[in-house]
Amino acid sequence: MISLAARDVLHAWGKFVFTGVGLGLLIGVTLTMAGVYRGMVDDAKVLLNNSGADLWVVQKQTLGPYAEPSSVHDDVYRSILGMPGVASAANVTYLTMQVQQGDRDVRVMVVGIVPDGPGAPGYLLAGRQIVRSHYEAVADVGTGFKLGQVIHIRRHNYTVVGLTRRMVSSGGDPMVFIPLRDAQEAQFLKDNDAILNERNRTAANPAFSRPDVLEAVINSQSNNPFVNAVLVQIKSGFTPEQVAESIRRWKRLQAYTRAQMEEILVAKLIATSSKQIGMFLVILAIVSAAIVAFIIYTLTMGKIREIAVLKLIGTRNRTIAGMIMQQAVGLGLIGFIVGKISATVWAPMFPKYVLLEPGDALRGFIAIVVICILASLLAIRAALKVDPAEAIGG
Amino acid sequence: MARDRGIFIEGMRKRYGEGETAVDALKEVNMQVMPGEVVGLIGPSGSGKSTLLKALGAVIEPTAGRMILGDEVIYDNGWLISDLRALRRDKIGFVFQAPYLIPFLDVTDNVALLPMLAGRPNGESRQRAVELLEALDIAHRAGAMPSQLSGGEQQRVAIARALVNQPPVILADEPTAPLDSERALAVIRILNQMARQYQTAIIVVTHDEKIIPTFKRIYHIRDGRTHEEAGEGREFE
Ligand SMILES: Nc1ncnc2c1ncn2[C@@H]1O[C@H](COP(=O)(O)OP(=O)(O)OP(=O)(O)O)[C@@H](O)[C@H]1O
Ligand SMILES: [Mg+2]
Repeated sequence: MISLAARDVLHAWGKFVFTGVGLGLLIGVTLTMAGVYRGMVDDAKVLLNNSGADLWVVQKQTLGPYAEPSSVHDDVYRSILGMPGVASAANVTYLTMQVQQGDRDVRVMVVGIVPDGPGAPGYLLAGRQIVRSHYEAVADVGTGFKLGQVIHIRRHNYTVVGLTRRMVSSGGDPMVFIPLRDAQEAQFLKDNDAILNERNRTAANPAFSRPDVLEAVINSQSNNPFVNAVLVQIKSGFTPEQVAESIRRWKRLQAYTRAQMEEILVAKLIATSSKQIGMFLVILAIVSAAIVAFIIYTLTMGKIREIAVLKLIGTRNRTIAGMIMQQAVGLGLIGFIVGKISATVWAPMFPKYVLLEPGDALRGFIAIVVICILASLLAIRAALKVDPAEAIGG
Repeated sequence: MARDRGIFIEGMRKRYGEGETAVDALKEVNMQVMPGEVVGLIGPSGSGKSTLLKALGAVIEPTAGRMILGDEVIYDNGWLISDLRALRRDKIGFVFQAPYLIPFLDVTDNVALLPMLAGRPNGESRQRAVELLEALDIAHRAGAMPSQLSGGEQQRVAIARALVNQPPVILADEPTAPLDSERALAVIRILNQMARQYQTAIIVVTHDEKIIPTFKRIYHIRDGRTHEEAGEGREFE
């Protein structure tokens, strides 16, 4: 027996291929949407991995430092260092802002780090780590900066001494690392005019009218003794939860383990986005099903005469149903191949990371086959209702 | 009466619908066509030709009567749908007014499809198809698609398809309607030749004045009743 489905498709391949390509682009969009979600999850994991921390110590009753603002005194790390099980602890600050890169504005996350401490970029593509305590920066290649270029952050210029990659915030913004002190200042200080205004306002306050008090107040205002979190690495032989628990108890601070941070980032921070994408996937699946159903139905209706003749000359219903279903699945196959290729081609062009997982492709493939089979049922029903007597006519 | 092969119909009736609106499309049909014989079936519009063809073609079930195909009693007290499908495939050949070839199969496979549907291997089916295409003088177009053939060529392919399973009976519905008289006569000549060669009983439903004189025997159908008549049986070769 020959394949009626294949012969029919080969005969009218133009219509079939065009539909397949259209469906494929839709499937490409679907796979990309899934990839956007995976990219978001991966960004979150990369963020946690790259910080090199086992524990995140943040302000009490916050989900900081990524999902909520958190502020911790910058001397807290010293007392944490003295606790049992703590191998190292380092302050870190995070500040998302726009910086000028050439003629364009890029949104970056400025990370204040202690060189060599947890939180410093672990891997450099080029250049070196920050060694001076001021005005040096390591930038993610995603920012577009090159070695030796200057980044203007608030009041200061930072020279790019190193480049790293895949260092992004949970929102996908590339990171710029600068020394902690500078970052604390950047977070606190706005610009010269703002400082001037603040000083004038303080000086005008009668409560501070004694000269020595005014001096002290202005001094305390012009430095920032806070950081967003303390990153802690623990010694072997201790569990993260053990150490986290004693920090919570003795330091009146919140401490999150790696697993808890992941829960916060994936389940809370990107939960709404993932629902958003989930809705998209559902709609795309319905639209794809409608397209396949419509086109297969139309192709089948165009063959009613032939189907009546096939039935009259003794073709089984099963053979006819198989022919239609094979065509629907064939359409899905073309669509999947086109979709996979197009998603792979356009994914790198997206501004944020798009992670195309083979598992998603496989699930997508199974979904497409199922959708095509379901979508062909309408056409099969119509074909099976065709009366062989129609071939004889009136 | 020799009933082996050929087709024999006795007292066939067909009623569409029930009660008030019932239509008696066939009231009394008696026919017999012997192997190797080509008979005409003619009648005015609404007389029941299509209904009879559908009953003979095993796509509708008559209300009463007997039908014997070859040596098999097809209808006496009732029949099964699944049997009808195999019956149509193996025992009845169809030729229509339009050739109704499958547009996505080439000429050979249009003919070979029937034995393939009956479970014959592809190679054997194609070989049988090619033999018939040769007999019908159309083998040189074996690889063409139906849309690349002329109307007369398509009709010859349709005849090859009707013959390929060597059915005892072929039903032809207005097979010459779209053809000019020369081609129409050629089709009739082929049908006669094939009827003799394969010992097939062929019933040709027609209005076509060009071919009516060629039948030796004609069944007239009027108001659901058949009447047998001798035809002119004019030689056309
Ligand atoms: N499915 C049906 N239901 C009810 N009545 C029908 C049906 N099919 C045919 N008839 C009726 O049966 C009678 C015979 O119809 P049939 O189609 O067999 O005629 P015909 O000889 O083929 O006519 P024509 O030459 O116009 O095609 C007509 O009166 C027609 O209205
Ligand atoms: Mg009719």
